[in-house]
Amino acid sequence: MKLVRLKAMAVKETLQVWRDPFSLLIALLMPLMQMLLLGYGVSLDIKHLPVCVYDREASQDSQDLLKRFQASEYFEIVQVADNYTEITTSLDRGRCVLAIVIPPDFTERLNDSGASTVQAIVDATDTNTANIAMGYAQAVVGGFSTDAQISATDAQGRPLQFIQPVDVESRVWFNEDLSSRNFIIPGIIALIMALVGAQLTSLTISREWERGTMELLVSTPVSPMEVMLGKLAPYFLIGLLDAAFCLVFGVFWFDVPFRGDVATLFLATSLFLVVVLGIGYLVSVKIKSQVGAAQMGLLLTLLPTTLLSGYAFPIDQMPPLVQGVTYLVFARYYVTALKALFLKGSGIVDLAPELLAMVAYAAVVAFLAARAFRKNLD
Amino acid sequence: MFDRIWRIVIKEFIELKRDKWARFRLIVPPLVQMLVFGYAATFEVYHVSTVVLDRDQTQESRELLSRFTFSDRFRVVETASTDAEVARAIDRSDAAVALVIHPGFANLLRKGQTAPLQVIVDGTNSNTALIALGYVDLIAGQYSADYAADLVRRGLAGANAKPVVVNLETRPWYNPDLNGRWFFVPGVVGTLTLVLIVSLTASAIVREREVGTLEQLMVSPLRPVELILGKTVPFFLIGLAEVALVAGFGMAWFRVPFFGNPIILLLGTVLFLLSTLGLGILISTVCKTQQQAFASNFFVLNPMFTLSGFSFPISSMPNVLQWLTYLDPLRYYLVVIRGTFVKGVGLDALWPDMLGMAALGTGLLGLSILRFRKSLD
Repeated sequence: MKLVRLKAMAVKETLQVWRDPFSLLIALLMPLMQMLLLGYGVSLDIKHLPVCVYDREASQDSQDLLKRFQASEYFEIVQVADNYTEITTSLDRGRCVLAIVIPPDFTERLNDSGASTVQAIVDATDTNTANIAMGYAQAVVGGFSTDAQISATDAQGRPLQFIQPVDVESRVWFNEDLSSRNFIIPGIIALIMALVGAQLTSLTISREWERGTMELLVSTPVSPMEVMLGKLAPYFLIGLLDAAFCLVFGVFWFDVPFRGDVATLFLATSLFLVVVLGIGYLVSVKIKSQVGAAQMGLLLTLLPTTLLSGYAFPIDQMPPLVQGVTYLVFARYYVTALKALFLKGSGIVDLAPELLAMVAYAAVVAFLAARAFRKNLD
Repeated sequence: MFDRIWRIVIKEFIELKRDKWARFRLIVPPLVQMLVFGYAATFEVYHVSTVVLDRDQTQESRELLSRFTFSDRFRVVETASTDAEVARAIDRSDAAVALVIHPGFANLLRKGQTAPLQVIVDGTNSNTALIALGYVDLIAGQYSADYAADLVRRGLAGANAKPVVVNLETRPWYNPDLNGRWFFVPGVVGTLTLVLIVSLTASAIVREREVGTLEQLMVSPLRPVELILGKTVPFFLIGLAEVALVAGFGMAWFRVPFFGNPIILLLGTVLFLLSTLGLGILISTVCKTQQQAFASNFFVLNPMFTLSGFSFPISSMPNVLQWLTYLDPLRYYLVVIRGTFVKGVGLDALWPDMLGMAALGTGLLGLSILRFRKSLD
């Protein structure tokens, strides 16, 4: 291996990327677009959920309860219904997601037995939103309940004793505001790395085939190892630059906390890039058409990174078999490391298992990639 | 005229029949993606790994913790004996939730006072954390209510004491078990159709241009409209078949019900396909090579997917993005496909979305035909 030839190869590839608008678009514009789109568009937080109310009592108490729904930032009363049919229509047409029905004997029961029931009908088509909405509705009614107890008096006018045996004191660690942006953005870096890395490299060899320059490349004294390293070096640098961009953008634009150390982040990112670039290169050697290679590259890197890495969908909720498969998904280790680095502030020691798994993966892929390209024209 | 269109259609199908890779692409990746999505895409919260620290060791504390042990929402993976162990379990992600009961818990309860149950949640996954916290509240609240009722019944709580006041009775409609697959499987059908049909249409036309056979078609007696119809009809038919294949597979494999009217879904699919075909042709008029077409597919389809409401609710997006979603045909189609699958609603509920797709479809198709004719000159 000669450094001169390696350098020449890298310079040629860099020039090629620089002059190809398509590659530049992917290398520079894609990370920005993904970051903005996913940073703003991907949110599981619920705000101003449309609510339909049907107050069959219309008393002071029932209005007080409904006012609490209106005051909550999670809900917004968009419709006041007069009968059940209106609620059904409203839910059917998706005009509201939650319907609150207060029974005609709400206050009466509250005064008599001290217990009353309010109905919440929720559109469960979107199960996650339904789940969260029910939790918030529970909290609003719970708040009303507690206050109602405090202000209630018995027949003699003495205040009722308020008993609430257990009080849940919850503390949230690592992501104190439970903001879904803090949860999603670290994972987006993995997504962008997979996208950029696989997209750019999957074309690198197939392009030579399609343009007919492979014959030229083969006739030069450059060795297969030099071809691989020279071709991948520019993409590796682009990947690191994109990672740095994502880090800066996430922390300063979206205010995501970064509590770990930058060196570990770049170590993990380098390992991940080796794997992604290696896979892209392998695909490119095997599939000679550019479009086929690009598609295969996406399928092998982006799909597992989106679905099986724990980036948005929690791995521990998947069926055991699929959980087993995720151990084979290299992005799993990177996403875990990213989230721990951003939110938990974990150090290199805490992340040793993930980093070692990535080292093993990178070694295997690099070995396969190094053997893949042979200098012949069949 | 129909004869000439028909010939182009036949030519396209022959091309498809001879292209092994294209046939593979039509069947295998969609089914694989349906499987992966069906199994992996879930926001449900069950068996959250939990560490418990009971420093009271009384009947009351054990009773409260056992309610968590027996709930299918939580799984106790570790019983800690010090605060440091709790912290380590959360730090290392061995547990996502910690329940801590301090000494004196039962004493406070027996006196009719309020005792704290301390909960620590790993907020890294904000969604799981939020839902898990809701279940902690529910279980602790239930225990609390039972304990209060017991105190009142035994006359230990004072003459004026009353237990919990207002209950919320929740009724999830359309999907009573909150099964996440009912939400994701119909969504995958829509998403896959969008990606597949747009990229197929775009690359079919760009390929002719790249290979140089588009000029041959231009010197034939075909008129531009005939050419465009002949080129799109096959993908329209493939789109219909794809929806049937993927939806059928999803229903059979994941047991997702279909409560609505198939005719309405068919109508919605036809309108949706108009947009996808228009988009495909439009991309093909802008791009000169297949590679460019592939890249622009990506830049167009990726935002459409993110903004469609496929997994992230549109109502939570900032206003500007919410306005943009109205330009996304997938947004309307997901409402129609989920409406027919899960809600079982008809045209009276779905007409605005049908109208939206019809408008977008005609607009995109019209624009693409105009541009296509120009690009032929």
